Amino acid sequence: MDNILTAEHITKDFTKHRALDDVSIAVPRGKVYGLLGPNGAGKTTLIRIINHIIAPDKGQVIFDGHPLTAADVVNIGYLPEERGLYKKMKVGDQAIFFARLKGLSRRDAEAQLRSWFERLDISEWWDKKVEELSKGMAQKVQFIVTVLHRPKLLIFDEPFSGFDPINAGILKREILKLRDEGATVIFSTHNMGSVEELCDEITLINRSHNILSGSVRDLREQFSDNRYAIAYVGSPDALRAAVEPVCTSFVPGAIDTDGNATVTVSLRAAEALKPFIAAANDAVTINSFRRMLPSMDDIFVSAVEASNTSAL
Amino acid sequence: MKSALSIIISREYLERVKRKSFIISTLLVPVLMIALMFAPAAIMLLDTPESKTIAVIDDSGVVAKRLQSNDQISFTDYKQPLDSARTDADIEAILVIGPKVIDNPNANISLYFRGAPSLSTDGYISGQLTQAIEDIRLEAYNIDNIREILEEVQVDLSYPTIRLDREEEQNTSSVLSYVIALMLDMMLYMFILIYGTMVMNSIIEEKNNRVLEIVVSSVKPSSLMLGKIVGIGLVAITQIFIWGVIIAVCSSWALPMLATMPEAAQDAEMMGAIGQLSDVGYVSSLMFYMILFFIGGYLFYSAIYAALGSAVDNVQDASQLSTIATMPVIIGIVTSMSAVQNPGSTMAFWVSLIPFTSPMAMMARLPFGVPAWEIILSLTFLYASFMLLIWLCAKIYRVGIFMYGKKPSFAEIIRWARYK
Repeated sequence: MDNILTAEHITKDFTKHRALDDVSIAVPRGKVYGLLGPNGAGKTTLIRIINHIIAPDKGQVIFDGHPLTAADVVNIGYLPEERGLYKKMKVGDQAIFFARLKGLSRRDAEAQLRSWFERLDISEWWDKKVEELSKGMAQKVQFIVTVLHRPKLLIFDEPFSGFDPINAGILKREILKLRDEGATVIFSTHNMGSVEELCDEITLINRSHNILSGSVRDLREQFSDNRYAIAYVGSPDALRAAVEPVCTSFVPGAIDTDGNATVTVSLRAAEALKPFIAAANDAVTINSFRRMLPSMDDIFVSAVEASNTSAL
Repeated sequence: MKSALSIIISREYLERVKRKSFIISTLLVPVLMIALMFAPAAIMLLDTPESKTIAVIDDSGVVAKRLQSNDQISFTDYKQPLDSARTDADIEAILVIGPKVIDNPNANISLYFRGAPSLSTDGYISGQLTQAIEDIRLEAYNIDNIREILEEVQVDLSYPTIRLDREEEQNTSSVLSYVIALMLDMMLYMFILIYGTMVMNSIIEEKNNRVLEIVVSSVKPSSLMLGKIVGIGLVAITQIFIWGVIIAVCSSWALPMLATMPEAAQDAEMMGAIGQLSDVGYVSSLMFYMILFFIGGYLFYSAIYAALGSAVDNVQDASQLSTIATMPVIIGIVTSMSAVQNPGSTMAFWVSLIPFTSPMAMMARLPFGVPAWEIILSLTFLYASFMLLIWLCAKIYRVGIFMYGKKPSFAEIIRWARYK
């Protein structure tokens, strides 16, 4: 597979703890890659290493086929978790300053920024000072600054914190658009809802270790546990008696809006599906039958808990 | 594409110059300075001190009549005893002179003062007494024309000093050189203190703002440091230039007022000094080197401030540490003063080579003439160590930000230095 970036066996120690312990990731080109993990797992440290801000103690980062150097930084756009803008500087001047640092000419920077500001509907902020902006407003500005020079790799650390749902939606749309235009996006978050919407692949880091990697679809499949939700009319006891042999769990739910009884079951194995349907069909009248994929939230919680128990 | 360095310099410069605080301080400081210059004169003009009455109880009977009053102090011969003078509120002081005052003045004179005597009053009284007693003693020798003889033997010296190691004949006024050096040293000290701190605070501010994560992900920390130092240096030059213009304009308007003030000293020393200043070639070469040392001193010390800023997290910690940076400046000024006393000494040589003290020391020594090779060597050291410092504090900056209190091991520092 064509990876724009691979981190190989990265280890990084700080004073009292090991922030990263032999962590490897591979980010495929042109995808949105989620870097997930609980607070303090080491996500930001890994991002800083990828960004060439700090050096790893062990391991190396390969960017676009060669070991990462300071010169590659131009091809990376980084939106840090703790946003930083010069408070006293006007928004427009500041955006031009950062754009020029990334190598754009003043004229190009200004033209592109104006169009971005228009697109995100913030043109009237151009002459305001940053200290006059709200947190979310400042974040929009910083987002534009990050993506303006069209880097190959974009890194967003918690991009949606501080955004209302409308603006978060606008930002998601822009991120997907950037991906469709060929950029690769690494994005770090604990907001699992946005992971399902945006990410193609993820890595889950917990306690300095990479505990889970893969495509979102595969992972949801892998963690699905053969769960199904059924809405039916009939006796719950009859249904339970009929399907008990092929199920590992049988959890009755509330009566749904159409007056159906509901139940969520887990099958013993994927092959048990057909016998299960046959048995259930004989016992009750099935009105709906649906496979339940776990949310990323569920995966996150169960993977982190499993890794915490095994570590203890 | 313009280099990152020039972009940073221009941002640092423009942002500071456009600030209200810059504009206000640039306009206010000259006003305050002029006010400070004129306030004492104005107060002196307005304040006509009232005359003080000194009661003289003279048991010798010879001294009191020789004491001369002036418009501030009037001596009155007081016939009543000390106790009654004490209760008289009109009398500021009582001078009691014993009978044997000519033979043993110190044991026979006492001065009672209501409150603390001012330095000038005390000085005037003791001057008058000394004069009176000396006159009486002289007269006791019974020599004719003693006064004329004394005036004849008095010598008032004022001669030019001429350097042997110079081709052209030239007067060097050591006092003027001393004054120029002292002024420049003080200016450099102020410059380092004001603008060096500005460099430091600017770096700390960026750390607190988290701007640095973005900046560091775009440019090399050394460019950032250099850009800040140069940008703020340019701000300083702008500010000082404007101050100079304002002060020049104001004083050309105010100079006639100054000229009417007393003590327009016009002794030979001063005349020589002015003559030396009008020697254009000498002054311009002197100024050229002085400016090089001045700039070098600013760069060197602001790099130290930058390193301090990189190493700490907040302004409180920094202000304590910044004393470390100002100490060598003060040492430099002190040693440069002794270098002025003896410009050719070994110590003067060494302090003008070490970058910590060389700007100050050279500033002091330059007016006395320093061999060219020494100047070049010293400048090389100064600028080289500036570059070294910038490199070093770029490393500190990068490590300091993200180390979270971890003490870097030696191996780690090497790895950092090599990390590209």
